[in-house]
Amino acid sequence: MYGWTGTVLRINLTEGKVTKESLKKDAAENYIGGRGLGEKYFMDEVDPKVDALSPANKLIFATGPLTGTMGISTGRYDVVAKGPLNNTLASSNSGGYFGPMIKYAGYDLIIFEGKAAKPVYVWINNDHVELRDASALWGKTVYETDDAVKAETDPDAEIACIGPAGENLVLFACIMNDKHRAAGRTGIGAVMGSKNLKAIAVRGTGGIRVADREGFLNAVRAARKKISDNPVTSQGLPTFGSNILVNIINESGALPVKNWRESYDPDADRISGETLTKNHLLHNKGCASCVIGCGRVAKAKGRFNEIGEGPEYESAWCFGSDCGIHDMDAVLKANFLCNELGLDTISVGSTIACAMELVDIGALDPEKTGYDLKFGNADAMVALTRATAYRDGFGDEIAGGSYRLATKYGHPELSMTVKKQEMPAYDPRAIQGIGLEYATSNRGGCHVRGYTISPEILGLPMKMDPSVTEGKPEILKVFQDLTGALSASGTCLFASFAIGADEIAAELKAATGIDYTTEKVMAIGERIYNLERMFIVQNGYSGKDDILPPRLLNDPIPAGPAKGGVNHLPEMLPHYYEIRGWDADGIPKKEKLEELGLADLA
Amino acid sequence: MEKIESLLLITPERCIGCGTCELACSIGHVGEFKPTASNISVLRFEAGVNVPMTCLQCDKPACVAACKTSALHKDAETGLVGIDGARCIGCRMCVMACPFGNISYNAAAKQTMKCDQCGGAPMCAEFCPAKAIEYLPADTANVQRKKAFAAKLAAGLSEVNV
Repeated sequence: MYGWTGTVLRINLTEGKVTKESLKKDAAENYIGGRGLGEKYFMDEVDPKVDALSPANKLIFATGPLTGTMGISTGRYDVVAKGPLNNTLASSNSGGYFGPMIKYAGYDLIIFEGKAAKPVYVWINNDHVELRDASALWGKTVYETDDAVKAETDPDAEIACIGPAGENLVLFACIMNDKHRAAGRTGIGAVMGSKNLKAIAVRGTGGIRVADREGFLNAVRAARKKISDNPVTSQGLPTFGSNILVNIINESGALPVKNWRESYDPDADRISGETLTKNHLLHNKGCASCVIGCGRVAKAKGRFNEIGEGPEYESAWCFGSDCGIHDMDAVLKANFLCNELGLDTISVGSTIACAMELVDIGALDPEKTGYDLKFGNADAMVALTRATAYRDGFGDEIAGGSYRLATKYGHPELSMTVKKQEMPAYDPRAIQGIGLEYATSNRGGCHVRGYTISPEILGLPMKMDPSVTEGKPEILKVFQDLTGALSASGTCLFASFAIGADEIAAELKAATGIDYTTEKVMAIGERIYNLERMFIVQNGYSGKDDILPPRLLNDPIPAGPAKGGVNHLPEMLPHYYEIRGWDADGIPKKEKLEELGLADLA
Repeated sequence: MEKIESLLLITPERCIGCGTCELACSIGHVGEFKPTASNISVLRFEAGVNVPMTCLQCDKPACVAACKTSALHKDAETGLVGIDGARCIGCRMCVMACPFGNISYNAAAKQTMKCDQCGGAPMCAEFCPAKAIEYLPADTANVQRKKAFAAKLAAGLSEVNV
């Protein structure tokens, strides 16, 4: 095959059995790879009602046909499993160099089944695959594990692993690769931990063939022109990272502050991308074949004095303004701890912010937490982040996420979650379309399924007024479908600021030799979205769960540029269902499923 | 017509570590995206320092001096160190001689591998997204400065070796 390697590696941890099988060609053509193909395999093989932390759940590392090629920012891969945070289909995407190495070793997918009797790691050296004892690694941090596994295998191997958070089944634990890159959301690190799988080391020396070499290079040249002509991908992201958004979103009145009580922070610049670049940045960094280079190698100064990677905008926000904190060194340190221990920054930061509000209103006695959980207490935030990974003391309560925490203390409305997953850093009271995205995202509160911030704030590919609801269902569907296909191909979401389905189709066609068109690519994105929808429907989710926290629907923004705003979700949702071909309860209609080749899920 | 000597100017501080140069080199030379078959490598270090390494086309190439079959030769016109595959016996003396590790031997293909600047249009430079690799006429002020610094570095290295 071209683009794909054509081989799936299956590792049964219960039996210690390794098998290789041919990639299902029809599935590959119709779901491309990554998130799409991984989910297709998952749905074909696993009962959707499976207990996420049981051996019957599977964990699929899925690359796309462009992963490892010189396509536009195509160093990405997805990890697919049922996520324990909220029982949705977790497809967490990550960059770095690990995904391409899976391809160079000769595999499109690695499927883990069952549960090892004791901690193990897997060493994949091209054709040679072996399970090794990881008892000595259990308890070690991500950094320690990465170094130790490389020392035991090959210095040129790439490593994906879990930290203490995954071992301790923290419900938002990540899988980390290249030490600092995270497959972050919905708790797939806990799935890996539940299987007693500590790490995966991969060394591949093979290559990836493409069907039409000249055609591929020309498609890459044309797409690169768009990347270099676009100010976000050629200037903003490489210079300031995704954290360039702090000031932009704050000036739009949409930066959530103190667990979303407010959405404007006069001191936001202290945690901004500009401040990061000026005072902390050592170097920008790209994942494999990246043409943007948004990654941050940065230093936490003062009492922390540590070099690591980050923060992204989401991390700067959740450890910063969401906790009422403006101490960039503390933000950096909390981010580094999340990398080192394997935690999702958004969920841990947002859950700590929720705890701070519970304390603030008197629902939670700070004496009992062991921390002085006042908004703005940076040292408490850092200490509690660490404790969460170890489920130490009150960290054990943070480890379940804000929905469980706020419910326990009698105020579920203070959990800023959708479908039990913490929302990212854009207040939907100021930006209407992103509220519809949060409400309808198939894995709960999430911005990377349909990033309407691009048109609503950045004006890409066209400017839309963030305060209106008109046109938002339509643009959201396009973004959700496009993002599905983009992730499936192995391309980074950030490339989509400058390129779209035309460029992805051109790259895919030249790489695979299959006649991918813009229409075909978008149809695949829609197929992926509906497949995910059916997975959560089978887990009891429906229209009642496509909802935002009441604060965002009822409490007007108190101050700032978007003062007075609330989200008008009820104005958008019915029309969104209609254009999706879903019924009034948010469930795909039989005709829609048939149209997409998903009749077996009806 | 006299050919102007050009070289690959590498500015490591600009490198973002993406490895695109390795992919460009391998698709150009072996028709696959295969970093292990690339004649340029990016070495990634902690704290975000990345160094692309490829043949420097030395004026007094140690690899040429070590080559007993004259398979390796310095081209007076282009300044490139080239390989005559028919003469190469695969002894790997050149690999041992290069002080920078910039020539290698592919045991599977039974071929000595080194940068040939893609015959005048190096793909690593074309596709580098960070301008960390540039293909420039050797005779520029900037390059002269680099050469002067490199000479100091080389002197330091030879002192260490003695």
